[in-house]
Amino acid sequence: MRMLKQFGAFAAGAFAAGPALAQEAPGLDEKINQAFADFTGPFVSFIFAPFPGTGFPWIVGWLVIAATVFTVYFAFVQLRFFSHAISLVKGDYSDPNDAGEVSHFQALATALSGTVGLGNIAGVAVAIGIGGPGATFWMIVAGLLGMASKFTECTLGVKYRNEYEDGTVSGGPMYYMSKGFSELGLPGGKILAVLFSIFCILGALGGGNMFQANQAHQQIAGIVGDYPGWITGLVFAGIVFAVIVGGLKSIASVTEKVVPFMGVMYVLAALVIIIMHADQIGWAFGQIFAGAFTGLGVAGGMVGALIQGFRRAAFSNEAGVGSAAIAHSAVRTKEPITEGFVSLLEPFIDTVVICTMTALVIIITQQLIVDPATGNYMLNEAGNAIATVDGNTGVSLTSAAFGSAFGWFPFILAIAVVLFAFSTMISWSYYGLKAWTYLFGEGHTKELVFKIIFCVFVVIGAAANLGPVIDFSDAAIFAMAVVNVFALYFLMKIVRQELASYAARLKSGEIRKFGH
Amino acid sequence: MTTKIVIGLDGTETGERAIAFAKDLAERIGTCELLVVYVIEWSPFTFQTPEENALRHKRREEEVELATTRIIAPAVDALKAAGFEAHGIVRHGDVAETLNKITVENGGTQIIVGRASADGFKKRLFGSSTQNLVMHADVPVTVVN
Repeated sequence: MRMLKQFGAFAAGAFAAGPALAQEAPGLDEKINQAFADFTGPFVSFIFAPFPGTGFPWIVGWLVIAATVFTVYFAFVQLRFFSHAISLVKGDYSDPNDAGEVSHFQALATALSGTVGLGNIAGVAVAIGIGGPGATFWMIVAGLLGMASKFTECTLGVKYRNEYEDGTVSGGPMYYMSKGFSELGLPGGKILAVLFSIFCILGALGGGNMFQANQAHQQIAGIVGDYPGWITGLVFAGIVFAVIVGGLKSIASVTEKVVPFMGVMYVLAALVIIIMHADQIGWAFGQIFAGAFTGLGVAGGMVGALIQGFRRAAFSNEAGVGSAAIAHSAVRTKEPITEGFVSLLEPFIDTVVICTMTALVIIITQQLIVDPATGNYMLNEAGNAIATVDGNTGVSLTSAAFGSAFGWFPFILAIAVVLFAFSTMISWSYYGLKAWTYLFGEGHTKELVFKIIFCVFVVIGAAANLGPVIDFSDAAIFAMAVVNVFALYFLMKIVRQELASYAARLKSGEIRKFGH
Repeated sequence: MTTKIVIGLDGTETGERAIAFAKDLAERIGTCELLVVYVIEWSPFTFQTPEENALRHKRREEEVELATTRIIAPAVDALKAAGFEAHGIVRHGDVAETLNKITVENGGTQIIVGRASADGFKKRLFGSSTQNLVMHADVPVTVVN
């Protein structure tokens, strides 16, 4: 996921959008930011508050504990059904008569384009830069556990979606909260659904929109030189408007085709770099394992590595947040649980594969400075992160690591970040819209109001230095997770019934592959 | 025993020639059933936006409706009016693969298609649906020029 509080703060400080605005209206943005920060501060502080005596945000603990509970409750479903999930994506179990409907592959690819992005590029660099190589180990552990959370929420997303007479579908946590709770005779489902929808709208406008616009502008300004952010904002808003209001599908279609290509290219480039340093692969994994349990001199030691790894994984793959349940609910299947199986591949691809690739490239290209005397990592002057070659952090650390092997790669990376940002905006405009229509009802005018608000926020996001707003929108997205995971604990027994029934029918041969 | 001939249409005039050829063949054979098929090119491995996914079921229905009313129904009606036994099928998928599969499923003995008239980079690179059909079909294929 791209809503990286820490990276947001880094970006806000390290890049130039803020000063650009400040030159135009000195002090005004600061006043707005301050007023906004004062208003939203308590909420933000609450969501990101650490457990007493630690630097570990409770919200990350909330997500990791949930992922662990689901993993145990479903008896390691992510391992038992991993190969079955791949068969489903390949279409082995798809009824040929359903050809032309949304396939498992398409639902997975759409959901992935909403999660793969800055979290995989910049977030990992932040984790490694602060927590050391050992953070990679904990990131992988959290990614593997998160697969069970995705499985739970996406199964429910399909099971309780609304299918309308005109053939369109709407699904997501708000629907399984209200329908699932009422089916179980539990009170409060509707209240949870409304709460979730409110947070989802705020998260969509903030992390899914303003933060993306802001980062896209930083990348473009980094290449062509500094210029006012509102120009990027207007261009982006125009394109987003054309897509979501004007129905100009060709732009979205092109992006949806280019983004996976960029993702594959990123992984391939990482693989080539790793192969180029094949003699150091053993050493790099040694650093990852040693760092996971000793810290290798990083600030906070082993616990520091663990916090960073867990935090970045949770921020990257959105497992437990509920957004994926909206994206996956459009699939055509008679068995909702099949989409749950498919969705568990998402944290695997996002975190276990792509994030690990980024981490290995940073480690193997030796961007982190080691003290030759002790073999431990050296800290920077502030003592809060590992010293890096040229002092890079965040996306510039990843960029430098790839750039050390291919000089041209930073340009490709910048284009990838802009495209990832755009595809994320398109995805979140849809998630936000679904929450909006849940609250206010379906209808052209009502939907148009949200879409116009969304476009206005693109301009604001690109133009301003929005540290407090980004903090708030991040907090809103994690507030989605608070509500969503709470509901999942009550609804998980429904998923277990589905799982038991499906597993029995799979074993008996009632569910079998279609001869393709 | 009734011979079953499958006619693959693509909505262009080459399809008309394929139908004319099939009619001629059916008259010569005598007891013959004609199965008119239109395959809507579709792959389960493409990338779509969330909104496209949400609308997909609706779009699919519209595509099938359009293909049925504009292409298949007129062709089947014309064949029936001319005294032939004819049926129509519309399905999504890879054109060559799906046409062959429908033929096998329905016990068709041969496929008649028009030569693809379009040309372009993609067809040079991957070959046309007609070429793929000729290469991989399980029954004899007649390509009408």
